[in-house]
Parts: sequence; structure tokens; C-alpha cells
Amino acid sequence: MEYEFHWIIVFQKLPQLLNGAFVTLHVSVLSMLIGITIAVLLAIMKMSKARIVSLPATLWVEIARNTPALFQIYMAYFGLGAFGIHLSPYAAVLSALVFVNAGYLTETFRGGFQAIPKTQYSASKSLGMNSVQIYRYIILPQMFRRIYHPMTNQFVWSILMSSLGILVGMDELSGETQRLQSLSFRTLEFFIVAAVMYFLITKLVLFSAALIARRVFRGDL
Amino acid sequence: MIQIQNVHKSFGSLEVLKGINLEVNKGEVVSVIGGSGSGKSTLLYCINAIEKIQQGRIIVDDIDVHAKSTNRDKLRQKLGMVFQQWNSFPHLTVLENASLAPRIVLKMGRKEAMEIAKKELNHVGLGDKFDEYPTRMSGGQQQRLAIARALAMKPDYMLFDEVTSALDPELVGEVLDTLRMLRDDGMTMICVTHEIAFAREVSDKVAFFHQGVIEEIGTPEQVIVNPRKEATQKFLSKVLH
Repeated sequence: MEYEFHWIIVFQKLPQLLNGAFVTLHVSVLSMLIGITIAVLLAIMKMSKARIVSLPATLWVEIARNTPALFQIYMAYFGLGAFGIHLSPYAAVLSALVFVNAGYLTETFRGGFQAIPKTQYSASKSLGMNSVQIYRYIILPQMFRRIYHPMTNQFVWSILMSSLGILVGMDELSGETQRLQSLSFRTLEFFIVAAVMYFLITKLVLFSAALIARRVFRGDL
Repeated sequence: MIQIQNVHKSFGSLEVLKGINLEVNKGEVVSVIGGSGSGKSTLLYCINAIEKIQQGRIIVDDIDVHAKSTNRDKLRQKLGMVFQQWNSFPHLTVLENASLAPRIVLKMGRKEAMEIAKKELNHVGLGDKFDEYPTRMSGGQQQRLAIARALAMKPDYMLFDEVTSALDPELVGEVLDTLRMLRDDGMTMICVTHEIAFAREVSDKVAFFHQGVIEEIGTPEQVIVNPRKEATQKFLSKVLH
């Protein structure tokens, strides 16, 4: 028997799907911004010679990188729930994505920091800059530039992984798709359109990232 | 005045400086010569406290550099330093390289910092390179940028760490000319250098470093032309072929 496509229902529900797509974009952008901030701190901690400083960072990285994202979302939603901490599906997915993003980006950033010659620190110091100024004006701008492409990959990963929100009933693109197809039984149509939307979101993000890079990163390293 | 008193410095079990005594008066040019690993560059790093010392004292204008209570970020404003590898900031333009520290360390307004940076860049002959990125310039130009960047902080002393050693031979001249110009401006300078002829020409004092101690010190005439110690004679006969 041939499958008969019925697209009209999908187009009727397009506003809901777009809404879901917006939530997907929203949660991934936020998970990246928070993840990047935490990862900068973790990377600096991880490079410390004092074990008491580096150990918590190492633990974070090891757990985040060596357990499935699915479990992390379950932990944030059901796991914390068992201890009386009830997160909304959105908050649970966001915290899980932040946790993983920070874990992966820490290693990326650490590599970026280590690629910057030590002499950049000495030169900055010799000009009277303090540590905060050295990081703010000299080290971080060069570090971000070196790791920019791996960082955008992580961004794409976040967008795609946020689809796991489907498991905790989040209303992002996958959750919406799931809900709409179960009401209409047009499974294939809805998932095809959702897949196209994911594709477009990641392309949009990569395109914007490239634009930003062209504007922000001048000169060569 | 910079006073270096009985300074000892070790990296792990390797003692690099074994009791260095040296005085540099205002307006003086002191050149430090000697073989690789003799500790001459390390001494510069100790003077502006990028490296710690284990024993002795370094006093810059009555400030004990390595004392616990000393604000070293502030002290380093007095001491400009230029490195063998010029260490330009690759993500900043030439003008930004030279104006950053005055802006964020000396808290100058953007305009004022730019003015000072432009003046110093003009001074070292980079007046047409303000918006260029350092990585697109020659080593000699980058080294002159490093000098202007340090001068923009209005330091009282300049420390030069083998500033021509990493340059292609044809670029050495322009950097040495810049140093001569600074000497004529009356800048107090300590130059660690392998350019013996240059040291002889510009220095008030020459110190010959050998195995972590100052083996011989005096006027260029005394140390370079008529060295008394055997180690100095050996070193000079090797470099002045």
C-alpha cells in the first residue's frame, strides 16, 4: 500500500511548529551563553596547580562528557524531583544542556588558552596590566578567536540535543511535533517538516556565527 | 636609580644568578653581554618582577621590587620592557597595541591615549602604520612597535632583552637606530645584547655575565677593548671574529 501524503494539516499547524522552533532556538542560545561563561571559569580552574581548585572542574568535565545527555535531562527533571526540587521541563532541559555545554567547552577553551604563547602574559604584565586586565583585553579575545569554530559546532549540537526535550514534555520543536502528529496521525509529514526546520535553524545559527566572526575578528593570529 | 644587591635566582635546583650586584644611574645606558645561559636575560625579568628572586634585593627608585608590600603592577609602569620575540598583540591594530595600556592601566581617556600612542609611533617611524595589524609587518617593524608600546607608558627605565636576536640581519639596523635615538633622548636603559659593536658605541657601562656572576664590569673601553679577565677575552674572541 502506498503512503498518501496530506500536507494541509501541517500547514494549518505551522504557527505552533514555529513557536516550538522558537523555543528550541531560545533554549539553545541561552544554554550556550551560560555554558560559555561557566566554561571560561572551569577552564581557568582546571589549569590551576592547586588540586582543590582543579578537581571540581575536572569532575564536571568528566561527568558531562562521559554520560549520555538523555540521562542528564532525566536527572534534572525526575532526579531532582525526587529530592523535592521541581524544575519545569524548560528549566530541566536548559540546565542539562548548560551542564554538557560547559563540560565540553571547558576542554576546548583550555586548549585555546594553552595555544596562546606565555610571552603574551609577560608582555602584558610588563605594561603594568593586572591579571583581570590581561585576561579581559589580551588572552580572552585571542582564545575565543582560536576556538570559535569548535564553539559553533557545540552550538549546533545544543540545538539538536534540545530535541530530547520531547522526553520530559517540553514544548520545543520536537515536543510540539510529537503532540501535533499524535493528534492528527500525520506522523511522517510533521516529522519531515520538523527536520527541515532543524536544518534551517542550524544553518541560520552557523550563518550568523560566520557574520559575527567577520565583524569581530580582525587581523590574524 | 636601579640598585641590584646580591641577587640570587634559581629555577628548581639550577642556580642562574649567583649574587649579582649592579647599579644603574638615571640617564645611564648599561649593556649586559655574555654567552647563552649566563643569566643576563633572567636578570631583566627579575628587575620588573616577572620572575621572583630567592635572595638579595632589587631597588628601583627606593622601591624594593620583591618586597611583599610592593604593588608590582604599579611598579612595572616605571619599567618598560622589550622582548626578543617582540610579543605584539596580534588581535589589535598597531595604534591599539600602543594605546591599550595607557588607556586601561593609566586610565587615560581614549583620545589622550591615542595621542600619546601616535606620538610614540611617529617617533619610532611607524607613523604610516596606525591601522595595520602587527602580523602583517616585518620583525623590525614589530620590534619598533614593541618599543613604542612600552614608551607610551612613559616609563623611567627601559629594559631590552636581546631585541635584535630574532631579527633578520637586514632589519637589525633600524631597531638599533631606534635605541640610539632613545639614548640621545636621555632614557635610562639596560640592554641585554649580542651586538658587541653596538654595546661599545652606546654604553656608559658594560657588564660581562659568565656562569651567573658579573665577571667583569666597566666602561666599554675597559671591558670590550681591553678585557682583563680570561673568560671575557675568550667570549669576545668568539663573537668578534
